Amino acid sequence: MALHFELVTPEKLVRSEEVHMVVVPGSEGEFGVLEGHAPFMSTIADGTVQVFKTAGAQPESIMVRGGFAEVGDKGLTVLAEHVDD
Amino acid sequence: MASLKELKDRIKSVKSTQKITKAKQMVAAAKLRKAQAAAEAARPYAERLAGVMGSLASKVSGSDAPLLLSGTGKTDRHLLVVVNTDKGLCGGLNANIVKEAKRQAKALEAAGKKVTFYLVGKKGRAPLKRDYASQIGDGFDTSEVRNVGFPEAEAIADDLVARFEKGEFDVAHLVYPVFKSALAQDPTTVQILPVPVPETVTDTGAVVEYEPSEEEILEELLPRYIKTQLFGALLEREASEQGASMTAMDNATRNAGELIDKLTVQYNRSRQAAITTELVEIIAGAEAL
Repeated sequence: MALHFELVTPEKLVRSEEVHMVVVPGSEGEFGVLEGHAPFMSTIADGTVQVFKTAGAQPESIMVRGGFAEVGDKGLTVLAEHVDD
Repeated sequence: MASLKELKDRIKSVKSTQKITKAKQMVAAAKLRKAQAAAEAARPYAERLAGVMGSLASKVSGSDAPLLLSGTGKTDRHLLVVVNTDKGLCGGLNANIVKEAKRQAKALEAAGKKVTFYLVGKKGRAPLKRDYASQIGDGFDTSEVRNVGFPEAEAIADDLVARFEKGEFDVAHLVYPVFKSALAQDPTTVQILPVPVPETVTDTGAVVEYEPSEEEILEELLPRYIKTQLFGALLEREASEQGASMTAMDNATRNAGELIDKLTVQYNRSRQAAITTELVEIIAGAEAL
């Protein structure tokens, strides 16, 4: 079971990969997205996006500032204005 | 007829000019590739944002739509945001952009609207000042920045939105060159404020949950959307500038080559004429003895 995760900034496509779970810092609280998540859209607060490659693995943290997240049929897309790796 | 030395100097000078134009052409070609890659890389974000905007804006309409979407309700005062390059040596690019801006201004003024300009980039200021000296407002200087990127687009967008909210104008249009190829860059005008609803509405029918509410998301999204549009315009400008520059410099190099050929023929002719005259003189002198 894999979730398609894309992280996009105005300058470039930062990530496009299959992952297990992503935890997104929504502006009304963090939320985790697994495969098959219901369609959902949220603005995001400045914070870290945590990417879990596999279940139970150490998360990879990516700092993001400003933007929003969209969950659709194709997976999770995070549109962030600034990304610090 | 010019003397041999004069011709020689002339050829040398044209040759060094050709060297410069050739170098500039190669630099532009390299930069064009980079600018095109940057424009390519920016596309996914712009597309996604436009998609989301479309589906949200069609849902939120009427009285509760934010100011950036619904506008001030009037269309009297128009702002033309004209994106020009900072450097010359790029053929007719800037002239074409200015022409398009003037055409738009004339059309708006004919309809009885008030027009002001907001200039991005240096090269549009002088030609626009000739006809619209009193209507040129502020601008944004990008000439100090080496690689114009998202921070600049952000600054311009913030400035524009602040002015819009203060009520300095009712409608804003963006005039910028769209890069088609190294030979063609079309100046285009699009409305940026109030934000026109993108027509790519892809309603999947799925019930989407919003957090916070749709209106709040939209309100946050609109400034971002404007920033993205300006960023796109800046990237297009960059690619157009390099493309136009490459073509112009290619032509200049070729013209210099033709001129050198012509001058060389002239030089050789004069040299031969001089030798012939000398020979005639020697022979005539020998015969006289």
